[in-house]
Amino acid sequence: MASAQTHRLSNGGLVDRSAPLNFRFDGKAFSGFQGDTLASALIANGVKLVGRSFKYHRPRGILTSGSEEPNALVELRTGARREPNTKATTAELYDGLEAASQNRWPSLRHDVMSVNQLFAPIFVAGFYYKTFMWPAKFWEAIYEPAIRRAAGLGRAAGVADPDHYDKAWAHCDVLIAGSGPAGLAAALAAGRSGARVILCEEDFTLGGRLLSDGGTIDGLPAAAWLSKTLDELAAMPDVRITTRTTLFGVYDGGTYGAIERVSDHLPSPPEHQVRQRLWRIVAKRCVVAAGAIERPIVFAGNDTPGVMMASAMRTYVARYAATPAKRIALFTNNEDGWRTVETALGAGLQIAAVIDARPEVSPAHRSLASKGGFPVLHGSVSGVDGGKDGVRKIAVSLTGGSRAEVEADGLAVSGGWNPAVGLTSFHRGRPKWSDDISAFVPDGAPPGMVAVGAANGDFGLGACLSQGFAAGATAAHDTGHNDKAGIAPVADDEAFSLAPLWHVAGKGKAFVDYQHDVTASDIELAQREGFESVEHLKRYTTLGMATDQGKTSNVAGLAIMAAVSGRSIPETGTTIYRPPYVPVAIGAFAGHHRDETFHATRLTPSHHWAVEQGAIFVDTGLWKRAQWYPRAGEKDWLESVTREVKAVRSGVGFCDVSTLGKIDVHGPDAGAFLDRVYINTFSSLAVDKARYGLMLREDGIVYDDGTTSRLAEDHYFLTTTTAKAGLVMQHLEFCRQVLFPELDVQLTSVSDQWAQFSIAGPKTRDLLREIVDPAEDLSNEGFPFMGAREVALRGGLKARLFRISFSGEMAFEISVPARFGDAMARNLMLAGAPFGVTPYGTEALGVMRVEKGHIAGPELSGTTTAADLGLGKMMSTKKDYIGRVMAGREALVAPDRQVVVGIKPVDKARRLRSGAHIIPKGQTPGPGNDQGYVTSVCFSPTLDQWIGLALVERGRERIGEIVHAHDPLRGEDYDVELCNPVFYDPDGGRQRG
Amino acid sequence: MRIVCPFCGERELGEFTYLGDAKPVRPVAGASEDEVFDYVYLRDNVAGATSEYWYHGGGCRAWLKVSRNTLTHEISAVEPAAGAGAAKVGA
Repeated sequence: MASAQTHRLSNGGLVDRSAPLNFRFDGKAFSGFQGDTLASALIANGVKLVGRSFKYHRPRGILTSGSEEPNALVELRTGARREPNTKATTAELYDGLEAASQNRWPSLRHDVMSVNQLFAPIFVAGFYYKTFMWPAKFWEAIYEPAIRRAAGLGRAAGVADPDHYDKAWAHCDVLIAGSGPAGLAAALAAGRSGARVILCEEDFTLGGRLLSDGGTIDGLPAAAWLSKTLDELAAMPDVRITTRTTLFGVYDGGTYGAIERVSDHLPSPPEHQVRQRLWRIVAKRCVVAAGAIERPIVFAGNDTPGVMMASAMRTYVARYAATPAKRIALFTNNEDGWRTVETALGAGLQIAAVIDARPEVSPAHRSLASKGGFPVLHGSVSGVDGGKDGVRKIAVSLTGGSRAEVEADGLAVSGGWNPAVGLTSFHRGRPKWSDDISAFVPDGAPPGMVAVGAANGDFGLGACLSQGFAAGATAAHDTGHNDKAGIAPVADDEAFSLAPLWHVAGKGKAFVDYQHDVTASDIELAQREGFESVEHLKRYTTLGMATDQGKTSNVAGLAIMAAVSGRSIPETGTTIYRPPYVPVAIGAFAGHHRDETFHATRLTPSHHWAVEQGAIFVDTGLWKRAQWYPRAGEKDWLESVTREVKAVRSGVGFCDVSTLGKIDVHGPDAGAFLDRVYINTFSSLAVDKARYGLMLREDGIVYDDGTTSRLAEDHYFLTTTTAKAGLVMQHLEFCRQVLFPELDVQLTSVSDQWAQFSIAGPKTRDLLREIVDPAEDLSNEGFPFMGAREVALRGGLKARLFRISFSGEMAFEISVPARFGDAMARNLMLAGAPFGVTPYGTEALGVMRVEKGHIAGPELSGTTTAADLGLGKMMSTKKDYIGRVMAGREALVAPDRQVVVGIKPVDKARRLRSGAHIIPKGQTPGPGNDQGYVTSVCFSPTLDQWIGLALVERGRERIGEIVHAHDPLRGEDYDVELCNPVFYDPDGGRQRG
Repeated sequence: MRIVCPFCGERELGEFTYLGDAKPVRPVAGASEDEVFDYVYLRDNVAGATSEYWYHGGGCRAWLKVSRNTLTHEISAVEPAAGAGAAKVGA
């Protein structure tokens, strides 16, 4: 049975008492209402202790009522959805919510690690730089694990996130951050003018501080004005308002990042709905109405549960009808703090005292005090007596030197307000100091952005409305909309006076950064040890580096540093502000790009047929390629691949090679263009002929290779490797558009337009004759090696036929429009059945290319020259081409370069592995005598042993030499013989036959 | 970041690929090794206005010359490379 809401007011607030919600915190059952946050519901149940601090494991309560919360972090949900470091102050209550406190053992109330407080002297700023210096090997083994266990925040779920995340784009004229009075006024002005408006509010309810502080606008109570304004905005079709959405960053070109918590307020996302959505919003103008953050005053015991920001205290009372304390003391240095007194008295709570650091208090407040029967003490809070059960007594240093004590169970603190300068500063802008409000205010903003109202340092309700409205009207005007904003809403400005106060001297720990347990004395220590620069201060003490990014702590930290180093606050300066403004889940950045949808998947035209054949697939880039086709009874891949190779070498087989990049090169200058991008000549290639081509990078290193055919005088068909298809297209477009714009040539990517199959083996012609129109001459004379032309198939379909061979066998490649690819594969199987046709995969393809000594990806490694690959003779001396001059550099033509050579194990039964280093025989392996490495290996069914290719220093001059293969990764050492890389049919008779 | 492609209009950064400084001009055939070396390797590290090559691979496949300030990331001009589109230089 859930315990009663002992600290809930019987009426008022924005919670729905007709909708009770049950939840559990640390296993204990509670109830709250619709409209609660976890924090407000805990407060309504009288819970003060909600967590343990990061380093010292001190008991902590709820400090704020918003996303700036440093203390009240919980693990929300359970199992795979468990999310650590969730702010109780923004987590919406739902029925069945389960939350647990963090960083405590065995329980929140009895935390063993709170002994850390006794060792506090060694946990000061920079402690691990000093304490765990020696011995060095202890760091990883003992110190770091121990520290990580002792200090820390929540635990990650440890299993895959079951939810989906979305990424979306939005475009608008005017983007508005915040739905307080300034943001709503901006939306009114921009919306009435006809601009496309997006307003993002991080809360689940619109209204900002109006929800807690009320006020009178246009003569109406705030709530009435709010409802009328939201109605007007809802009627505007081009105004889009999103709640639960935080604008967290601004990027170049008016692009903004926002995180929408679509389903975080539900136990789990509804079916087909996402958990969160990452918005990228492109906006011509942005009005930042993100408000301000009330700042704590640093005094001893200021982290005791029950010490709360004054604005948060009145938010809990006014908005949530929950009472953090029955007898409240207020410690303020400014006028605004007094509003909490008014709210508390209005709710029938007792005020113990107001401790005001200013010399004067307004007559109105004096009379409020006498009416409420509480004293106004001029001075400061110097200590808090209390513990995990909350505040008991407050020690006050009175102006003049005497002391006083106040009995209270809650202490509201207001040290003034810091405008939320994050968004305006994210382009390395530094805010400027304003003496008027003793705070940093925006000093300019990224292009198109303007801050208004409290975010701009103007806290009055009237100023928020007028500034927001004016900014909205200007933004609409600037984006080409009519000036029909009408009349701005009007309200009075509240009085504002503040006496700067950052730190009250006293006995005990006084916290600046609650979340990282950084105290005032840590800052003083950092200054004494020379870390005066704010950037050093931050890193040495970790001030502002926790998940809250110092929203409540940074300015106080700077002010204390300024005081101890004898500088002003503006002289001390701020650290650089960087997005994101609030933590954003990595899952949201990833969106749907995870698991099988991490990237797009490309399927070859014969993919579905290959699936039916039971093919094993391999990922090559985005492609799924058939790697081999296992048959019943085969015990491993090697057996399947060996069978496929033997079938091709003795009969006929086919392989889908559609993944190769294919580019149509058209135009009268097509040949001249290819001459400039390939090292060899293509303008001289006869029509109906194919030629192997090699292209270099401009630095002389080999870029890519492939066969290019001339299909007509002004039409070439170029192929690239699978890996480089996109990059070669980009490179060729650069050559065409930038380097050689005078050439009349056009490039068209046709990679996806053609299905291409390699058909190889001595019975290739027999198979082809079954599918090609009998009128086509496929004889060696009618279709010689390296021929390429269009042919008619039986049935009339036109195909392109290329007599090229990668396997060393008599082979053709046949190309049909991609939509016929599946039918072609099935047809080859049918027509080839009498000849024992065998489909083969990329493994068999690779085996046959190694047997034939052809280079591929492992040899085209981005470090090899044409000569290294044994293709130096292809480099034309009669023309200019990309990479020609640089390829002639001394080091690239040095005689001792590592060049491609074949290798065979001396022990014929030994398996080779790529990656092994080549060392001269009889020498001890080391960097000094490393002469190269093994690039490609395979088991050759034809030679019945393992063979390989290697890059070896002067390899071609050393054929026959026995060298040593050293494989430290696998712990293998063995001798190999350097040999001719063409293991199979070296004179090429088979492919020409 | 957003680039206004002269053919496609304003598009998001993800559609484009960066190449680098557009200032170096490829030496004519017959140039010395030193000249080509400078073209291939030597680049100014400009703080301020630069001209860069970007490829609109996610759109029209045009190579663009983008005038960008490296300090502010502001893009002041975008023009197509000489041979972008169908027109031939000097045709």
